[in-house]
Amino acid sequence: MEAVKLHHIFKSYDKGRVVAVNDVSFSVDEGELFGLIGPDGAGKTSVFRILTTLLLADQGTASVVGLDVIKDYKAIRNLVGYMPGKFSLYQDLTVLENLRFFATVFGTNIQQNYDLIKDIYEQIKPFNHRRAGKLSGGMKQKLALCCALIHKPKVLLLDEPTTGVDVVSRREFWDMLKALKQQGITILVSTPYMDEAILCDRIALIQQGKILSVDPPADIIKRYPTKLYAAKSADIYRLLKDYRQNEAIESSYAFGEYIHVTLRYPERDGLSTLQDLTTNLGHRDIIVKEIKPGIEDSFIRLMERIEFTGRVE
Amino acid sequence: MCRNLTKRFGGFVAVDGISFDVAKGEIFGFLGANGAGKTTAMRMLCGLSFPSSGEAEVAGYDVYKQQEKIKKHIGYMSQKFSLYENLSVSENIEFFGGVYGVNKKEINKRGQELIRALGLTQEANKMVGELPLGWKQKLAFSVAIFHQPKIVFLDEPTGGVDPVTRRQFWDMIYSAANAGITVFVTTHYMDEAEYCNRVSIMVDGKVVALDSPTNLKLAYNANSMDEVFYQLARGAKRNDN
Repeated sequence: MEAVKLHHIFKSYDKGRVVAVNDVSFSVDEGELFGLIGPDGAGKTSVFRILTTLLLADQGTASVVGLDVIKDYKAIRNLVGYMPGKFSLYQDLTVLENLRFFATVFGTNIQQNYDLIKDIYEQIKPFNHRRAGKLSGGMKQKLALCCALIHKPKVLLLDEPTTGVDVVSRREFWDMLKALKQQGITILVSTPYMDEAILCDRIALIQQGKILSVDPPADIIKRYPTKLYAAKSADIYRLLKDYRQNEAIESSYAFGEYIHVTLRYPERDGLSTLQDLTTNLGHRDIIVKEIKPGIEDSFIRLMERIEFTGRVE
Repeated sequence: MCRNLTKRFGGFVAVDGISFDVAKGEIFGFLGANGAGKTTAMRMLCGLSFPSSGEAEVAGYDVYKQQEKIKKHIGYMSQKFSLYENLSVSENIEFFGGVYGVNKKEINKRGQELIRALGLTQEANKMVGELPLGWKQKLAFSVAIFHQPKIVFLDEPTGGVDPVTRRQFWDMIYSAANAGITVFVTTHYMDEAEYCNRVSIMVDGKVVALDSPTNLKLAYNANSMDEVFYQLARGAKRNDN
């Protein structure tokens, strides 16, 4: 059975002037760790709010664990754990009070499903009596996750849990998600960080309210349609400008210490073409190599295709 | 420009004796885990908070005695404090240009150039709140350097922005640095750390590493800045904001 299903969902705001969700359909299998990947304003939060029954779609149907988001909204609210993008616990309740409060609201107590939160809760237990508003970003996030899990939900909906969080806390958080998945919980998680996408079973790339693709991360990378090269030289900013003006180059963008490049005529011997071209531009300390594309490369390519075909109004 | 700079809040040492120099026109990456002390350090350098001890000069001005001078000669932009959402694009430019003492004629002339360069001609009279985040951030950056400051402080300018816009944003940073503006930037995107001339990494209030991305990767035997950062920050004892 599908844990989450969206069928041609539309949602607009401001009397239809802003289309937030534009014909979105995808489904998440039971026990899957599914990523909704896209930048700010792509429509991720609207999707979450529709699934948590907090927002009505204009058109289309959606269900969570087989229950309809409109007809069965009350049942759904007991079966999902939701962590909104904005920290939404009670800032002037302590860690323990927050946890107790959410347990009570869901008609349970902390002991009942302690197994599920144990590993996460024990990291913040030393701060049991600290007010939630006084916790650090990483600890707030852990507490919010505990509160979302306290009633042993079937589906966990996490809206940008790692935005603005540093690399170390982000890794810890993803380790926690993997552990939860092993306990059979379905997880739908959104993120603007492309490197986190690779950790999901499947991902949907979303941009301007439209789904660009739904696939396992490895497949998205495999489908990258052309050869990708990385290049650098002593003056990387000039190199980027030079590449942009060169008609043999289809696309070029900075990527870490390198520039990622695709060629307009990829069937030729690309590597030596690029090597010669860079030398002829008068650059020094040139390194050019063929590389495997990552999720971010795929995303950029998909995004640019959208821009060529016109903005989604 | 910064020697043993320290800030204590009661018994808590938020910034613990940091020292570094940033050259004119340099892109300086200021990294650290959440709670490492970056924001506190930045606030001192922007003249918004007095250090507890140590010395620092920004754009040639002293952080104790010449806070107001500093404020005039720097630009600042963060993900959170952006522009006025219910002013239009041109009103924001006019307002911030005016606050920084750019004269009316210049504001008009440069403002129009700026709007054209950003491709916002059709949106010039739209409220900033209606623009997509990426555009807002590009506009906010342009406004932050509108008065041609010597140095611009960018606090996580690209958080949540899509990968294409993120790169356009960095193009703007490069071109500002090329024009001689020093860029002091924090980010959680480690690929962006690679775009900096030099990077410092703060852990628990101290600067534990400072070098070019290439040298840091060599020193820590890492393939990416992500790994360098992880190795250093993993040992952090505090992660308070």
